[in-house]
Amino acid sequence: MSETVDARGLSCPQPVILTLNKIKAMGDGELTVLVDTDTSKENVGRAANSQGWRVSEEIHEDDGFKLILRKA
Amino acid sequence: MSAKNLFATPTGIIGVGAFIGVFAALLQHWGNPGNMGICVACMERDIAGALGLHRAEVVQYMRPEIIGFVLGSLGAAYLFKEFRSRAGSAPIVRFVLGAFAMIGALVFLGCPWRALLRLAGGDGNALFGLAGLAVGVWVGTLFLKSGYNLGRSQKTHTAVGWLLPLIMLGFLALLLIFPQVAGQAQSGGVLFYSSKGPGSMRAPILASLLVGLAVGFLAQRSRFCTMGAIRDLILFRQTHLFLGIASLVVFAFVANLVLGQFKAGFEGQPVAHTMSLWNFAGMVLAGLAFALAGGCPGRQLFLAGEGDGDAAVFVLGMIVGAGLAHNFGLASSPAGVGPHGVAAVVIGLLSCLFIGFTMRQKA
Repeated sequence: MSETVDARGLSCPQPVILTLNKIKAMGDGELTVLVDTDTSKENVGRAANSQGWRVSEEIHEDDGFKLILRKA
Repeated sequence: MSAKNLFATPTGIIGVGAFIGVFAALLQHWGNPGNMGICVACMERDIAGALGLHRAEVVQYMRPEIIGFVLGSLGAAYLFKEFRSRAGSAPIVRFVLGAFAMIGALVFLGCPWRALLRLAGGDGNALFGLAGLAVGVWVGTLFLKSGYNLGRSQKTHTAVGWLLPLIMLGFLALLLIFPQVAGQAQSGGVLFYSSKGPGSMRAPILASLLVGLAVGFLAQRSRFCTMGAIRDLILFRQTHLFLGIASLVVFAFVANLVLGQFKAGFEGQPVAHTMSLWNFAGMVLAGLAFALAGGCPGRQLFLAGEGDGDAAVFVLGMIVGAGLAHNFGLASSPAGVGPHGVAAVVIGLLSCLFIGFTMRQKA
């Protein structure tokens, strides 16, 4: 089951808050996070790592990045 | 492009903090006011003075560091393909937050950057300011946790993101076309210049501009943010940005010792007062406003440089806030708080609380 957080256009620290809330709710699995700045991309990746998740894919899209976060 | 951004690593942010700390101390050595090698609030206040938005004669100068911050960030953003024009996330709220952030900072006499530099210079009053800053940011995190959010920005015309950098280029042009004329308060009927006081203490223009450009470049790459450092520590128990400000203090302290600029104590510190309660409360207001706006005053300049039009509005709010602070007697002086500084802090806190409570999204 894959869920999505759309954090495009949101400023710090909203993308991280939304991602962490979802991660806590899910426990494990696969989560897609959409962000629009490099800063948000780095911050979301760092926050995910701190929770034992990892960024398994990073796809560059027209209006930002699509991050696939996973925890087995 | 997914190449690792070296500046966003712990080593990177520590290096950037060290660079800022050392060069802030050097700018002071080269002529900037005491413990004010870099102070975003003070320098924007001096710019407001140079423009004549206030007529406090001792704090008028078109500070090249601020111009450099924005243009350095712009350069880094273009070089690394991160420039992205965006705007439309409650700009009026950001303007108001910018104005009150400035008013709070001028009651303390410094932004978070200068609070750290004052500490590194031995000014014990900075401890009250930093404590206030932490409390203000903490209150901000409570709002963030309860859903406070200014909404999404939208991608927009590239030129939108260029406006603040272009304004800064215009300021630079004015500085070069209308240099200070000895014995005159105003150059060519345009820029105002202090001939005494902090506004008259300046590092050479080229040194100020180059350090500003370098700091802008490095801070854009590393996302250096003094408010974020405290916020992330409180909100996420994350120390990444905090390493940057800790490094800034340590390296500025060492540089001050080497340059003979360290003087420990509370009394007689440069451009500072000893009214502890108001050093604290001024920074509670500034910290809360920065937290609600998502960045310290430096970070707002760097964001504006990489195309964030909402951060640019915050910057303009700060400059206008500085005008009001000096016109209405809200700003402090070494003698203590201004005649209406206390009332302004109270009104500012109430305004920030209003914003925090009313701009929350239901989960």
